[in-house]
Amino acid sequence: MRLYIKSAIFSAIVVLILSGILLGIRLTQVGTELTLVGAEADVLWKVFSAAALIFVYNLFRDPIERVLGLIPKPTLSAGLRDLSQRQFVQRLIWCFLIAAALIFPFLGSRSQIDLATLVLIYVMLGLGLNIVVGLAGLLDLGYVGFYAVGAYTYAMLALYFGVGFWTGLVAAGIMAAFFGFILGFPVLRLRGDYLAIVTLGFGEIIRILLNNLTDITGGPRGIGNIPKPTLFNLEFSKRASDGAQTFHEYFGIAFNSNHRVMFLYLLALVLVLITVFVINRLIRMPIGRAWEAMREDEIACRALGLNPTHIKLSAFTIGATFAGFAGSFFAARQGFISPESFTFIESAIILAIVVLGGMGSQIGVILAAIVMTVLPEMAREFNEYRMLLFGLMMVLMMIWRPQGLLPMKRPHVELKP
Amino acid sequence: MSSNILEVSDLSMRFGGLLAVNGVGLTIKQGQVVSMIGPNGAGKTTVFNCLTGFYQPTAGKIIFAGEEIQGLPGYQIARKGMIRTFQHVRLFKEMTVLENLLVAQHQHLNNSLLAGLFKTRSYRKAEKEALDNAVYWLEKVRLLDDANREAGTLAYGQQRRLEIARCMVTRPSLLMLDEPAAGLNPSETDELKQLINDLRDNHNISVLLIEHDMKLVMDISDHIVVINQGTPLASGTPEQVRNNPAVIKAYLGEE
Repeated sequence: MRLYIKSAIFSAIVVLILSGILLGIRLTQVGTELTLVGAEADVLWKVFSAAALIFVYNLFRDPIERVLGLIPKPTLSAGLRDLSQRQFVQRLIWCFLIAAALIFPFLGSRSQIDLATLVLIYVMLGLGLNIVVGLAGLLDLGYVGFYAVGAYTYAMLALYFGVGFWTGLVAAGIMAAFFGFILGFPVLRLRGDYLAIVTLGFGEIIRILLNNLTDITGGPRGIGNIPKPTLFNLEFSKRASDGAQTFHEYFGIAFNSNHRVMFLYLLALVLVLITVFVINRLIRMPIGRAWEAMREDEIACRALGLNPTHIKLSAFTIGATFAGFAGSFFAARQGFISPESFTFIESAIILAIVVLGGMGSQIGVILAAIVMTVLPEMAREFNEYRMLLFGLMMVLMMIWRPQGLLPMKRPHVELKP
Repeated sequence: MSSNILEVSDLSMRFGGLLAVNGVGLTIKQGQVVSMIGPNGAGKTTVFNCLTGFYQPTAGKIIFAGEEIQGLPGYQIARKGMIRTFQHVRLFKEMTVLENLLVAQHQHLNNSLLAGLFKTRSYRKAEKEALDNAVYWLEKVRLLDDANREAGTLAYGQQRRLEIARCMVTRPSLLMLDEPAAGLNPSETDELKQLINDLRDNHNISVLLIEHDMKLVMDISDHIVVINQGTPLASGTPEQVRNNPAVIKAYLGEE
C-alpha cells in the first residue's frame, strides 16, 4: 500500500491557508474604521479539523477510494431504457407532463407557482441555447445577451411608446434575432474555444452598454413600471388603467392577486409549449439535419453544397429569438429590469442546464432547468453553503453521468420497408 | 463530338515559398473518365482542392460547364454540379445512412422555415422525392438494408460506397473521386470499377479520378494526366502514358 505523505501534507497546508484566510479572519467595522478580527475558537477548530481530514484522506487515498468504488452508481436499467425510447411511451410522458403542468397552478401555493414560472423561463432559455450548443455544436457563452436584448426591447418600447406586452413580445423576438444575426457574422469562422470567448465578450458588451447608456436605458437604475401581460386586453390588477378592463370585473369574480400569478404561469407554459413544438419540428426538418451534419463535419458539408454561413447563422438567429421571447416575458413578469439580471453567471447557468440535461435532448433540458432552479431555492436554509452544494452536485453529475441526465436520442428518419 | 465539361489551364497554387501546383492543365469531355496520377506528394489532391474551391488557386483558369469558377467558395461550386469525395472517408458518422443522403440533398429541399413548421404540401413532396432519390442510390450501391444504421458503424468498403452515393444524390455532372480504391480489397475494387462505368454510361456522369491502383486507372480511364512535383509530366491515353519514358522514370527512378 502506498502512502502519499508529501501530497497529504501539501493539501492540508493548502486547506489551512485558504480556509484560514476565508474563515479565520473577519473584517469588522469598529466606529468608522475597519479592523481585522480573528474568528472564534470553534471556527478555528473547524478549520484545523478540516485540514486534518484532508490530510488523512490523502494519506489513505487508495483504500478509501476502493471503498467508495463499491457504492453502486445510479444507472437506468436496460428495460427502462428500452421503454423510454418507444414513441408511444414518449408521447404518454409528454401528455402526462403537460397535464401535470396545467393542473399545477390550481394546487400549488403562490410562491410555488412563482418559482415554477421562473423554471419555465429557464426551460425556454435552455431550449433556445440547446439549438445553438446542443444541435449546431456552437459553444455560446454570451447567450444572456440576447435575453437582455429581449427584455430591454420590451421594457423600452413600453417606456417610450406605451407598447403592450403582446406587441412587445414579437418585437423582442425580432430584435433578439437581429442581434443573433449580427453576432453570427463575425464569429462564423471561429470554432470551439475561440467562439466561446467571442460570444462571452458579446454578452458582456451588451450588459455594459445597457449599464452605461444611462440616458436611454436608465443605466444601473434599470427600467421600472413595465406593464404586465394582459389577456385579450383584460388586466390583472385591482383597478383598471384608463380605457381598460380588469379580469375580475369582466368575469364578475372577486379580485384575487393569485390570479395574476397563475396567469403568468400559464402564459409561460404556453410559450414553453410553443418553443418545444417549434424545436421538435426544426430537428426533423432539413435545417435540423444540416445543423447536425455541420457539427459533425463542416468540410464535408461544404463539399456537398451546403452553405455553412447560412446554416450557422440560422442556428444563432433562431436560438436568439427564443431568448428574446424569454427576455420580454421576464421583463413583464418582474415589472423591473436592470443590467444586474443579465450577468455572465446567467449564461453559465443556462449552459449548465443544457449540459446537465444532455446536449440536444429536450426532456433532459426541461428536467435540468427544474433541478437547477428549484434546488438552489430548496437549499436556501443552507445559506452561503448552497453554492457549495450546487458545485458538489455538478461535480458528482459529471462523474456519474457526463452525458447528461437524459442524453439525446435524436429522432432518426427511418426507412420503412 | 462531345463538349468539354471541365477545362483547366495554367493552374498554379503557391503556399508561401512552395509552389505546390505549377501550370497544370486538364480537359474533361462530357462522359469521360479522366485520371490524375503521380507519385505521393505530387500535388494531385492540391489540384482537387483548387478545382473544388477549398483552396483559392494562385493563378489559372477553371471553366466548368462553360463558366469560370475559380475563386468561388466551395459550396457554390458544389451546387453547380462538381462534387468531390475525400481521400479519407468523411461521412456524418453519427447520422444514419439515409440521413447522410438526405443532408446531401439540402439544396434541393424546401428550406423555408414556415413550410417545414406547418408541413405544407410542397414541403412533404420535396421530402418524399429526396427519400425516393436516396432509396434509388442506396439500392445502386447495395446499402438499402443498412439504411437505418449509423454511418459510422458500416464496414470500410460500405462507407466508401456510401460516400459515392452521397455525391450522386446531389445530381452532379462531374464526380471527383480522391483515391476511392484506397483500402479496398480486389473484389471491392472491381465493384468500384463497375460502378464508375455504370455512372458514366447510364447516368451521363464525367469522372475525375485520383488513384494509385494502376490496374484500375489503366482499365477505366479514357485519358490520363501525370503530375510530378506539381508540374504536368505527361498526358494521353492509358497506352501512351504507360509507354512514356518520363513517366516510368518518375515512378521507378533512373536506372
